[in-house]
Amino acid sequence: MARNVNVWKSVDKFTIFLYFVLVLFGWISIYASSYDFDQASIFDFAERSGKQLVWIGLSFVLASIIMLVDSRMFETYAYIIYVALILLLVVTIFVADDVKGSRSWLTITSSIRLQPAEFAKFATALAVAKMFNGYNFKFTAPANFFKVVGLVILPMLLIVMQKETGSALVYLSFVLMMYREGMTGLVLVGGLCAILYFVLGIKYSADMWLGAPLGESIVLIIICVVLVGIVRFFAANKIVARNLSIFYILSAIVVYILIACGIAVPVLYVLLGIVGVSILYLVAIYFTNFSSKIMVAVVATIVSVIFMFSCNFVFNKLQPHQRTRIEVLLGMTEDLRDAGYNVNQSKIAIGSGGLWGKGFLNGTQTKLKYVPEQDTDFIFCTIGEEEGFLGSCLVLLLFTMFILRIMTIAERQPRPFGRVYAYCVLGIFFIHLFINIGMVIGLCPVIGIPLPFFSYGGSSLWGFTILLFILLRIDASRNEHF
Amino acid sequence: MRKDYNLEKRKYVIAAAVLTVVAIFIIRLFSLQVGDNDYKRYADSNAFQRKVLYPSRGFIYDRNGELLVYNQPAYDVMMIPREIRNLDTLDFCNTLGITVEQFERYMKDCRKNPGYSSYTPQAFMTQLSARDYGRLQEKLYRYPGVYIQNRVLREYNRPIAANVLGNIREVSQNDIERDEYYRRGDYTGDLGVEKSFEHILRGVKGEEILLRDAYGRIKGKYEDGRYDVQPISGRNITLSIDADLQAYGEKLMQNKTGAIVAIEPSTGEILALVSSPTYDPSMLVGRERGKNYAQLTRDPGNPLYDRAIMAVYPPGSTFKPTQGLIFLEEGIITPDTHFPCAGGFVVGGLRVGCHAHAAPLPLIPSLATSCNAYYCYGLRAMLDKRTKYESTAEAFEIWKNHLVSMGYGYKLGIDLPGEKRGFLPNSAYYDKFYGKNRWRALTIISIAIGQGEILATPLQIANLAATIANRGYFYTPHVVKAIQDSIIDSTYTVRRYPTIDAEHYDAIVEGMRMAVLNGTCRTANLDSIAVCGKTGTAQNPHGRDHSAFMGFAPMDNPQIAIAVYVENAGFGATYGVPIGSLMMEYYLKGEITDPARKDLEQRMFNSKVVGNSGKKR
Repeated sequence: MARNVNVWKSVDKFTIFLYFVLVLFGWISIYASSYDFDQASIFDFAERSGKQLVWIGLSFVLASIIMLVDSRMFETYAYIIYVALILLLVVTIFVADDVKGSRSWLTITSSIRLQPAEFAKFATALAVAKMFNGYNFKFTAPANFFKVVGLVILPMLLIVMQKETGSALVYLSFVLMMYREGMTGLVLVGGLCAILYFVLGIKYSADMWLGAPLGESIVLIIICVVLVGIVRFFAANKIVARNLSIFYILSAIVVYILIACGIAVPVLYVLLGIVGVSILYLVAIYFTNFSSKIMVAVVATIVSVIFMFSCNFVFNKLQPHQRTRIEVLLGMTEDLRDAGYNVNQSKIAIGSGGLWGKGFLNGTQTKLKYVPEQDTDFIFCTIGEEEGFLGSCLVLLLFTMFILRIMTIAERQPRPFGRVYAYCVLGIFFIHLFINIGMVIGLCPVIGIPLPFFSYGGSSLWGFTILLFILLRIDASRNEHF
Repeated sequence: MRKDYNLEKRKYVIAAAVLTVVAIFIIRLFSLQVGDNDYKRYADSNAFQRKVLYPSRGFIYDRNGELLVYNQPAYDVMMIPREIRNLDTLDFCNTLGITVEQFERYMKDCRKNPGYSSYTPQAFMTQLSARDYGRLQEKLYRYPGVYIQNRVLREYNRPIAANVLGNIREVSQNDIERDEYYRRGDYTGDLGVEKSFEHILRGVKGEEILLRDAYGRIKGKYEDGRYDVQPISGRNITLSIDADLQAYGEKLMQNKTGAIVAIEPSTGEILALVSSPTYDPSMLVGRERGKNYAQLTRDPGNPLYDRAIMAVYPPGSTFKPTQGLIFLEEGIITPDTHFPCAGGFVVGGLRVGCHAHAAPLPLIPSLATSCNAYYCYGLRAMLDKRTKYESTAEAFEIWKNHLVSMGYGYKLGIDLPGEKRGFLPNSAYYDKFYGKNRWRALTIISIAIGQGEILATPLQIANLAATIANRGYFYTPHVVKAIQDSIIDSTYTVRRYPTIDAEHYDAIVEGMRMAVLNGTCRTANLDSIAVCGKTGTAQNPHGRDHSAFMGFAPMDNPQIAIAVYVENAGFGATYGVPIGSLMMEYYLKGEITDPARKDLEQRMFNSKVVGNSGKKR
C-alpha cells in the first residue's frame, strides 16, 4: 500500500510557512535583544544572532532529513527512541556539569552543549502516540490510563532530578491530549479548581473576615458552588442541585441576619458545617440511587477541602525562592530588587513600548540590559518594547494560527498515532506559549522555559523543529495507508 | 478506523482554551502597553539619566570694556540615594575630608529637604575645591550613585563696586516656587545687577540625555544626542560704571560713611556708584560665602546696604537750586529779585539762621553764598501768593509736583534692586499732621532749605545735578550701558523733562558756577575746568551735620554730574566739595597733577570720619 508519494506535494505548506515566519521573527528578535551599541552586524558569529543563524541552518538540515525519512519509521522506532532518550536523561543527571544549579546540559565540546530534556519531548510524544495506536487500545481502561501516565511521568521525574522544574512542567501539557482522547473533563476542572484554591488560599490567608481567615472562607464558598455545578452538569441531577442551592441560600441569609443582629458567628466552622451537611446529604442520595457520579462529587468535595487546608502547609514547605516568586506573582510582597526584579523590569520594558513600539533596535530597556535573560526566556520583552502592542499581538496571532493549524492537522489524521502525536505537539507548543508569555507579562510565576522559535538556543530550536517536522512528515503520508 | 465523533467535539473545548488564553494575554498587553500607566515613565527613569548642562553666566564689563566679573568652575557632589550601594563610608569621607558624623548627619537631614526624592540627584556637598575634586574624580568609580555636577562660580577682577555688581547665591525654596526654571542647588543673582539682570546673565540651561544600563554605567548619548538641548550662555553686560573712577571714589570714601553718585548728564549713565563702607565682592564666592555673608550682616557699618540708592538723607542746601527753579517757573521771583538777610530769616518768633554775607541779595549770589533767608522768603512768597493760588495747600501741591517732576519723592527707576523713593510731603500729609488749614508757609518753612520732612537719596541729588547740567532734562539714571545681542530698556534712553522751562536753568547754573568761583565751593575751583557746584550741610537728628555736595563739570557741555554725601562729616565744604571735585577732576583729566590738589587727595584718602551710621535707628 505504500505508494511512493512526493512528500513536497502532500506536506502542509501553511505550517511550514508559519514555521519560517516564526523562526525569522525570532532570529531578528535575538539580534535586537542582544544588540549592543558597538555591535554592528547581525551575521557576526561571535554574537548570539550569528550563532543562532547556525542553529537555524542546522534545523533546516534536520527538518529536511526528517522529511526524507519514511513516516512509518517514527512509529516503528518510537519506543526505541523513547528508551534511548530516557537513558540519555539518566546519564545526564550524573555526567552533566552544574550550570546555575541545573544539571541538564551535556557538554559535547567546550562551546557546544546539548539539553537532552528538549529532545525528550518529541520522544515521549512518539511513544505515547504509538501506545494509543496499539490494537484495541482503550484509553478509558484504567490500566491503559496508568500506562500512558507512566510514560509521561518517567521523563518528567528525570528532568525534575536534573533540577529543571520548568521543563518538567511542560509534560503537564499531555493532559490536553488525554482529554481529547477521552479522559474525563473533571481532571481539567479539578486542575483549574486546584490552582484557584491555591491562589486564593495563599493570597488571602493572612486577611481576616468576620473572625475567620478570608482565604479559607472564600475557597469553602467556591467549593460549595463547584459542588452544585458538578451535581447539576456532571451527575445531571437537577433536583439535588436545586435542593443544595436552596440550602446554601437559606444558610447565607441566616448567617447574614445573625451577623446583622450583632451575634458573633464562627464563619469558618459554619461553612465547614454546611459543606459537611452537603456531603452527608449526597451520601444519603447515593444510597438511594447508587449513582457513581454523585460519589465523584462527594470525593471531589472532600479532596478539595483537604487540599485547601494543606495548601498553606505545602506552601511553607516550598523552597524560599519559589515561595517568594509565588508571593510576588500574587502581589503579596513587593520585591523589586530580587525575585520581583525580572518581572517588574519585563513589565516596564513591555509597557514602555506603547501601541506602536519604539522601533527596531530602539528599545532602551532591552538594549541596556534591564531585563535579565532577555534573549532567552524574556525575549518577548524585546518584541513588546520595540514592536509595541501591535507587534506583540502579531506574535500571539501567529502562534494562535500555528496551534490551530496543528489542531486541523491532528483532526485529519486517519489513525490514532498521528492524531495523538499531533495533540501532544499542540499541547507542548501551547504550554510553552502560555507559561512563557504569561511569565513575561506577569500573569504566571517565573518558570524558566523558552518561547518556541524565539528564545536563543540550539537545543530548544532543534527540539521544536524535530517535534514539528515529524508531525508534518506523518501528516504528509496521511493518505498513504489507505 | 472508527472515529469517535463525541470525543471529536472536544477539539472545540481545546481551541476555546487556547483562544481564551490568547485573549487574556492580549487584554493584559493592552492594559500594559496602551492603557494609562506609569511604565513608560519608569522606563525613562530606568534608562535615561538627564544631566543638566549649565550655561556659562554672562560676563560683566565696565564702560571701557574692562572685564570685571567672569566665571570660575566649581564642583558639586551629587548623590542619588536610591543608587548608593555598598558605599565605603570611611573611604568616601576621607576623600572629601569630612567626618563620618558629618556624613551621617547629612544623610539624615537631606530627607527633610523639600522636594527630596531618592531617585533624583541630591546635592551632598557644594563648591568643592579643585584639589578635592581631583581626588574624588579618581575614586568616583568606587562610589555608585555619586556624581559630580559642574557649576559656575563668579570671579572678580577688581575688589570694587560690590553694591553695583551684586553676587550669586544658591536658590532658596522661595525662588524655586516662584520660578520653575530653578532646581535645588542652582544659583541666582543676589543684589546688584546680578539680581536685576538675572534673566540676561543666567542664560538657558541645557539637558543631555544619557543612556544608563542596568548596572548604572553610562552607555552613551540617547539617539546620539538628538534630543539633547544645548545650554545657551548668558549674555554679557557692559556697565556704564567707569571702573577706575569707581575705585577712586571708593578710595576717597574709605573710612567714611556715605555715598557718591556720578552721572554722565548727556546719557543718564552712572559713572560711579559708591557706597561706603563697602566690601570685596569676592568675599561672597565659594564655600566661605555663608560665613562672610553673616559677618557682613553683623557689621555695624552695614556694608551690604547700598547708601547711594537706599539711604535717604535730608538734602540740605543741595536742595536750593530746585527752589530757585520753582520760584522762577512760578513767577515768584526773577533773577533780579532781592530778598533781605539779616543773619537769617526772622519772622515773628521764627528764625532760620544764616551766615554772614552781603544783603539783600538776588538769586545768583544767594546760591553762591547758600543764603537760607532767600529761599525762606521765596517759599513764603509762593505759598502766600493768593493772587495766584487759592490756598496754601494748592500752592504747596504745585510746588510738590515740580519736585516730583525733578525726580524727588518717587523712585527714579534705576536698574538696580532696592532703590528707595525718599520722602516728599504733600498737602495731605500736612493736613493730617497739623490739621486741615492749620498750617501755612511759616509752619513748614525749613523745607525750603532741604531740611524738615524732605528726604532724598544721593541718586536723586545727583540726578538733579544732571538735570541742571542738561539745562532742563535728564535720563533715568542707569548702570547698564549695553546688553550683548540686545538693547537696553527704552525707559533709559528717553529724555524726561521736569516741569521747569529750560530758560530758567541758566541763572541756576550761573549761581552754581559762582559758588565755585567765590562762594561756598571754592575748593572745587580748578584752573582748567569750569566746575559748577552747590554745597550742602544737612542737619540731622543723628549727630553731626552731614556733608554734601552737588555739582557738574565742565559748565558748558557737561561730562559729569555728581552728588557726594558724607555722613556726620560737618560742613559741605569739608568733605563733600573736595571729594566731589577730585572725582570730577579725576574723571575729566584722568589723574590729579597739581601738588595742592594732590595734598587734598591724600587728605581725603587718609581722613577718617567716625560718625554715626546713616542707618535709621
